[in-house]
Amino acid sequence: MSRSSTFIFSWMCFGFAFLYIPIFVLIIFSFNNSAIISVWGGFSTRWYYELFQNEQIIEACLLSLKIAAISATFATILGTMAGIAVSQFQRFRGRLLFTGLLGAPLVMPEVITGLSLLLFFISLQELIGWPSSRGANTITIAHITFSMAYVAVIVQSRLTSMDKSLSEAAMDLGARPFQVLFDVTLPIIAPAMISGWLLSFTLSLDDLVIASFTAGAGASTLPMVIFSKIKLGVTPDINALATLIISIVGIGVFTAGYILHRQKSLTKIIR
Amino acid sequence: MIGLPYFWLLLFFFIPFLYVFQISFSTPILAQPPYSKILNLSGDFSNWLQATLDNYLFLLEDNLYWVSYLKSVKVAFISTLICLLIGYPLAYGIARAPRQKRHILLMLVILPFWSSFLLRVYAWMGILSKNGLINSTLVGLGLIDKPLAILYTDVAVYLGIVYTYIPFMILPLYASIEKLDSSLSDAASDLGANRWQRFFDITLPLTKPGIIAGSLLVFIPAIGEYVIPTLLGGIDSLMIGRTLYDEFFLNRDWPLASAVATILLLIIVLPIMWFQRNQQRTN
Repeated sequence: MSRSSTFIFSWMCFGFAFLYIPIFVLIIFSFNNSAIISVWGGFSTRWYYELFQNEQIIEACLLSLKIAAISATFATILGTMAGIAVSQFQRFRGRLLFTGLLGAPLVMPEVITGLSLLLFFISLQELIGWPSSRGANTITIAHITFSMAYVAVIVQSRLTSMDKSLSEAAMDLGARPFQVLFDVTLPIIAPAMISGWLLSFTLSLDDLVIASFTAGAGASTLPMVIFSKIKLGVTPDINALATLIISIVGIGVFTAGYILHRQKSLTKIIR
Repeated sequence: MIGLPYFWLLLFFFIPFLYVFQISFSTPILAQPPYSKILNLSGDFSNWLQATLDNYLFLLEDNLYWVSYLKSVKVAFISTLICLLIGYPLAYGIARAPRQKRHILLMLVILPFWSSFLLRVYAWMGILSKNGLINSTLVGLGLIDKPLAILYTDVAVYLGIVYTYIPFMILPLYASIEKLDSSLSDAASDLGANRWQRFFDITLPLTKPGIIAGSLLVFIPAIGEYVIPTLLGGIDSLMIGRTLYDEFFLNRDWPLASAVATILLLIIVLPIMWFQRNQQRTN
């Protein structure tokens, strides 16, 4: 090994250690019998038991999953429409504003998005009486708004790499625009829609700031409950919760990666 | 196809922001909602517009806001630089790894991003705290007598931001390094360029798009960060995201919070415009 590749190799070891040591520490201490986080008091699963007894966390978890599923679905629909619109129609009235609006949620600080939506919801309530209360509904609307921008980006990049001649050929063969959409375009962008949905789901589950602004007094999502607990310091039952979340996500990502990898090698064999 | 998403974005993104802009020119009052209307159409026509610049003037006068803005920019800038320094060799190593391994290494970079952001920040609280892993190890080894204060300082904020956002730096860097044609570097080496010359004259300029994209992806979210300074920083770690949040929720001064948000947006729009101009030039 040359000197520079030794350097790169040790740097990579350092980098991945930096990324993963905190996560491993978190997991190890979730099995700690002691209530003091850094003192090892023997192996135990008591924090998991306590976690499942905590109704507030269970309730918040279910609410978060519900909001994430609904907002991811709507965001995928709207974001796919937006992505197709931007890449298929080169010219329409207000295209510049549209692309700007579509990109803005990606770079807007969460505090601004949250603040503006809350102020808007409050004024709307005064004007037309809707939304009558803030809670899961307003959080869902907020999550749809920023997630659809991510979906649009993913769908758009998939469409730009797609062969235009496919849809042109379909149209030459007499397919109506609707048929082209459902028989050609949608099957091609389906993987992008799936990853868009998964990303939206994760973003929604993860969001604290925007949810805190738009929630009102009505609802607490899982990140809101976690945040209010850990602001006061470290508590081992949150370690248990973190371990569960990280294992589910880890298994999910690796299975998805494995399936994708196998599909790729399968198509290579077929070709 | 266009109508529905357009309508949605106008209604729930554009108009809400106009509201913030409008409220930033109003006066705080003790009422529900706690700000005065700037358009007064019912009364005397001569003073129908009751906008005020007071909130912005107050931002200029009060030190707190200046300090917060500058601190946010500083923290975001330094964090971006650290991410770049750590991330570049890492991205380079991944891009030069054997093809089958690349896939797994990239997945390992992305994996923490999919698990909860809040919990990853929380993990550092356990490591850095007074009786956390670092301190108990150092005390146990006899290297220090009493625990170091790391949690609730700026060091912890930097660590948290770098840790959270480094995947955003590595991915675009990887994409641009992977595209690099290695024959250019070989040619330079044949012509007698040493390792450093090859890096600074060829690799670095050609991966500039990745560097810029990665830096923006770290810098922009870091500026408005609320969670990390709140959980890891001290009481005095005034980053603007936190100041805005407190202004709104603790002081309930909506017009001032709106003015803070408007200025913050301006600070963020500038690097993005610079980036777009840069891109147009390269195209």
